[in-house]
Amino acid sequence: MNATIALFLAQDGIINGAIYALLGVALVLVFAVTRVIFVPQGEFVAWGALTVAALEAGTVPGTAWLLAVLGLAAALLEVVRERHAMSVAKVAVMVVRDVALPFALLGLVIWAAPMRLGLAVYVLVTLVLLVPMGPLIYRLAFQPLADAPVLVLFIAAIGVHFSLLGLGLVFFGAEGFRNTPFLDMSFPLGPMMVKAQSVWIVVVTLLLLAALYAFFERTLLGKALRATAVNRLGARLVGIPVRATGRMAFALAAAIGAVSGILIGPLTTIYYDSGFLIGLKGFVAAIIAGLASYPLTALAALLVGMLESFSAFFASAFKEVIVFSLLIPVLVWRSFAAGHHDDEEEE
Amino acid sequence: MSAHILEVSGLFVSYGRVEAVRGVSLSIPVGGIVTVIGANGAGKSTLMNAIMGVLPSRGEVLFQGRPLGRSLVEARVGEGVCLVPEKRELFAAMTVQDNLQLGAYRLGRSAVAGGMEEVFARFPRLKERRGQLAGTLSGGERQMLAMGRALMSRPRLLMLDEPSLGLAPLIVREIFRIVTDLRKDGVSILLVEQNARAALQVADEAYVMELGEITLHGPASQLAADSRVIESYLGLGARH
Amino acid sequence: MAAAGSSFSLRLFAVAAVAVLPLLPFVPDFWITLGGYIGLYSLVAIGLVLLTGVGGMTSFGQAAFVGFGAYATAALTTKFGFSPWATLPFALAATGLMALLIGLVTVKLSGHYLPLGTIAWGISFFYLFGNIEWLGRFDGISGLPPFSIGPISLIDARAVYYLIWLVVLVAVVLSENLLDSRVGRAMRALRGGSVAAEAFGVDTARAKLIVFVYAALLAGTSGWLYAHVQRAVSPSPFGLNAGIEYLLMAVLGGSGFVLGGVLGAAIVTVLKDQLQNILPKLIGADGNFETIVFGILMVAVLQLARQGLWPFLMRLLPPSPQKAVELSAEPLERRRLPERGMAVLEAEKARKQFGGLVAVNDVSFMVKGGEIVGLIGPNGAGKSTTFNLVTGVLPATSGEIRYMGRRIDALPARKIAELGIARTFQHVKLMPSMTLLENVAIGAHSRNRPGVISAMLRLDRLPEARLIAEAARQIERVGLTEHMHKPAGSLALGQQRIAEIARALCLDPALLLLDEPAAGLRFNEKQQLAELLSQLRADGMSVLLVEHDMDFVMKVTNHLVVLDFGTKIAEGTPAEISVNPVVLEAYLGGVE
Repeated sequence: MNATIALFLAQDGIINGAIYALLGVALVLVFAVTRVIFVPQGEFVAWGALTVAALEAGTVPGTAWLLAVLGLAAALLEVVRERHAMSVAKVAVMVVRDVALPFALLGLVIWAAPMRLGLAVYVLVTLVLLVPMGPLIYRLAFQPLADAPVLVLFIAAIGVHFSLLGLGLVFFGAEGFRNTPFLDMSFPLGPMMVKAQSVWIVVVTLLLLAALYAFFERTLLGKALRATAVNRLGARLVGIPVRATGRMAFALAAAIGAVSGILIGPLTTIYYDSGFLIGLKGFVAAIIAGLASYPLTALAALLVGMLESFSAFFASAFKEVIVFSLLIPVLVWRSFAAGHHDDEEEE
Repeated sequence: MSAHILEVSGLFVSYGRVEAVRGVSLSIPVGGIVTVIGANGAGKSTLMNAIMGVLPSRGEVLFQGRPLGRSLVEARVGEGVCLVPEKRELFAAMTVQDNLQLGAYRLGRSAVAGGMEEVFARFPRLKERRGQLAGTLSGGERQMLAMGRALMSRPRLLMLDEPSLGLAPLIVREIFRIVTDLRKDGVSILLVEQNARAALQVADEAYVMELGEITLHGPASQLAADSRVIESYLGLGARH
Repeated sequence: MAAAGSSFSLRLFAVAAVAVLPLLPFVPDFWITLGGYIGLYSLVAIGLVLLTGVGGMTSFGQAAFVGFGAYATAALTTKFGFSPWATLPFALAATGLMALLIGLVTVKLSGHYLPLGTIAWGISFFYLFGNIEWLGRFDGISGLPPFSIGPISLIDARAVYYLIWLVVLVAVVLSENLLDSRVGRAMRALRGGSVAAEAFGVDTARAKLIVFVYAALLAGTSGWLYAHVQRAVSPSPFGLNAGIEYLLMAVLGGSGFVLGGVLGAAIVTVLKDQLQNILPKLIGADGNFETIVFGILMVAVLQLARQGLWPFLMRLLPPSPQKAVELSAEPLERRRLPERGMAVLEAEKARKQFGGLVAVNDVSFMVKGGEIVGLIGPNGAGKSTTFNLVTGVLPATSGEIRYMGRRIDALPARKIAELGIARTFQHVKLMPSMTLLENVAIGAHSRNRPGVISAMLRLDRLPEARLIAEAARQIERVGLTEHMHKPAGSLALGQQRIAEIARALCLDPALLLLDEPAAGLRFNEKQQLAELLSQLRADGMSVLLVEHDMDFVMKVTNHLVVLDFGTKIAEGTPAEISVNPVVLEAYLGGVE
């Protein structure tokens, strides 16, 4: 290995690391606010890329249908589950928000898809379709389990991942896609060529992280989310609607996942099941940071990205083995650091 | 309009198969201080948590004459019910100022500045500590912050669970002085205290709770002189 | 212990039904094949039931252990010409060794870190299987020989079906035997957290490791069978998705019940087959669409029936037999109690600091043989922390705690229990789903030693009977005999507190530590408790109790130690304490 290769690997590592950082931060956020370990995060990454791909091809992305289905399911189930607390007004709100709106969106996408309105529109449509799925999934799967132990929520998250994986296959097929870059150009930096898309990724990541920081530090809503994370009962006692903050966290996570997918779409071929491994690596970073600290998560993500790109060079077949084996000592370390607090939450 | 801010009748709370509160009825007059005394595990905290909506319960709870039904905790805070729990439940990793700001979450940003001034006037110590993380405060300061945070929501009924718990006598006196001050400002108060003597001194009315049931009820001064109360709750001093 | 008639005959009927199924001429071959797979998956699911439902450890990586068993026999038969039968010990040894190594790390993980760990090694082993040249990379190994008996090959689905279900039957019997034993009770107590189990001498780390390895061995056995039924192995059936499906079986069937594993395996296998028929036609493409339904099913079970489906089935069946109690069994050996008046427990300048907060400030006191000492003080005075220092739940920051002259402040709770110190908990720590008898029997865990193998083979019945008889005697002593066979969770809170005392007595302690024993008791229950304590004292036992109820404390203790803000402010006889001005000020600290 010479310096050029090392530089090239480092560049790769930074780009991957940036994506893992975004995903890791979203996972920390969701876990802190809702105690859900959001395994399905990876599906949003894949769907972000694949939705843009479908729109580029001038077809209706499956996610437009899926949003309508999820909205309908959430509305129906909620009416059944909370029938004793239902009012005409509440049902009306749900019909408009969860059923009418998604179907209107679907109609709009069907009408506009063949017109090929350009990348900016594709990105916008992708976000509009994917972000509401976060809160919908929260309402369908996790809200009824809000008082369950972390372990039960985790198993449920695995269940949701399993379902979404299958749905991804239904809506996007087994074929992989590679999207058009935002700007198809490269420029030299020292001895190597840097793709414009890589710069995009790093810049957008930094901007998003800065925006998240401002949101949590400066706004009352952001503080309410943090408060829910720090002390759920305390948050309820000051009147913070913890269900709504949970939905908010899921919306943010969905947005971050979708953006990550849109960003990496042009760099690598994405299949319906590509998201899981990508998300899981964001996860490794989040766990290294103890599922608690945002800056540490970003740092750890960079580390994971580097480790991955260098191990891909030295032992490409065992890349995944190396990255995930690394997780075990980290878990042991974290487990001891966490002490015996979560020892007794069963039964 | 009822003369009572809170009327509880036939309240039951169960943990699994264990009934911790059994058919409790009590009422709090507008602007009054009512205390519930009883041994550890008698169900006092459970009762408060049920009134707040933290725990599910059966029976009727009327607040300002209207049933609270199954409404969520956050909705009750919006109505003007507020609980300062035994464990304080502060946002430990956030500053004193952030904690207070969040206390006014239901009222929105506009209410924050004015409310904060009032709280700082009542608890000057909090003003000194406003940039400090809540988790680093001393026990007495934590209790002040918990009460300050509750007051930020402008409650009509304030429920205090063991406000003197683990505090040195000097600070306990300070806390009880503030409780009586609050009554002057029109806040009704429900007080649960292990320090029965202190509680009976500040309260207008008192209830005695044993094994989840109310066993005695009357004016606080009368209960303070009741031999059964002296025997069981006013402790060692009365024993000879 | 014999099962009661109706339940036993029902089981016999189930076994007969499984046995007769292939003999029926109208049953298509395909059903039999499917039945074989149900058996194979059942083995893994039974292991997961023990691991997840009983031991409280959720694993998504169980498929990897199936892989170890399968690859071991595949390599040995194709590369070294072993007969399939001969590879079983090697397959089990390979799986067991890997499980031991992985388990040593995994069982140390707490809470949600544990399932995350299983995902990590689950994925790692999938890629490892798929990248090792010698194991055929992602293509795997094919051309494995079938099982054969003499010249007869068990290629026919009906023949191998019997082999599989025979193994399942053995696994069910061994697993149920294991659960109904001393070691099994320790395993079942794991879900309640380690504090209570360790306080009665259970080595929880070891118990977890045993469950882990046992579950892996069942998975490995399944893999060994699978390899020769399929006659080929490749990485994909041993990946994470397979691991998730196995967990679904355990969760769906009922993760606390051995037969729930079989039920879950049957439902998931049949459903998967049906879905793989229907869904591709419905969707118009090929693929593993059943994951959609499986995922929804997983979430739905957690939302609607967290105990799984087995409990619903159990309600239709006759109740399971009560555990037999043979009071005639030879009593367990007893400890020699220390002489009256001798120093049993001594705390010398015991100190506990949490960061800057001094919870216990150089507290010294002594408990003598045949004496009841009360530790009192206002809420937050440091009584519970002192209690935890004595029981080894928390390590002391400085100072010494001695028991019969021996330092115990550095010992773990388990060792302290073995020396003869038993305790109860302020917040009752019984296993609500286990019967009172079983809960109390855990108290005697350290008093005899039948192990895993003897439990599985039922060679432990004599020591088991002695242990159960002891538990029954202690239950009688505290007056709860009529509730002996009820789940502990169904007792009133006061009765649960008393049950904890029975469990503590089962340890045959020289020193009994009681944390607020009278809280939540009714008046006459308190009377009975006071009588019981006096009786124990008369028998020579020493007692240290933390209590709020002054009336009770004044009545039963010989000596009181008063704490306030972590510091000892007074000690003496109840009569002295009740007039001590410092104590009165601490308790009453009025507002005047």
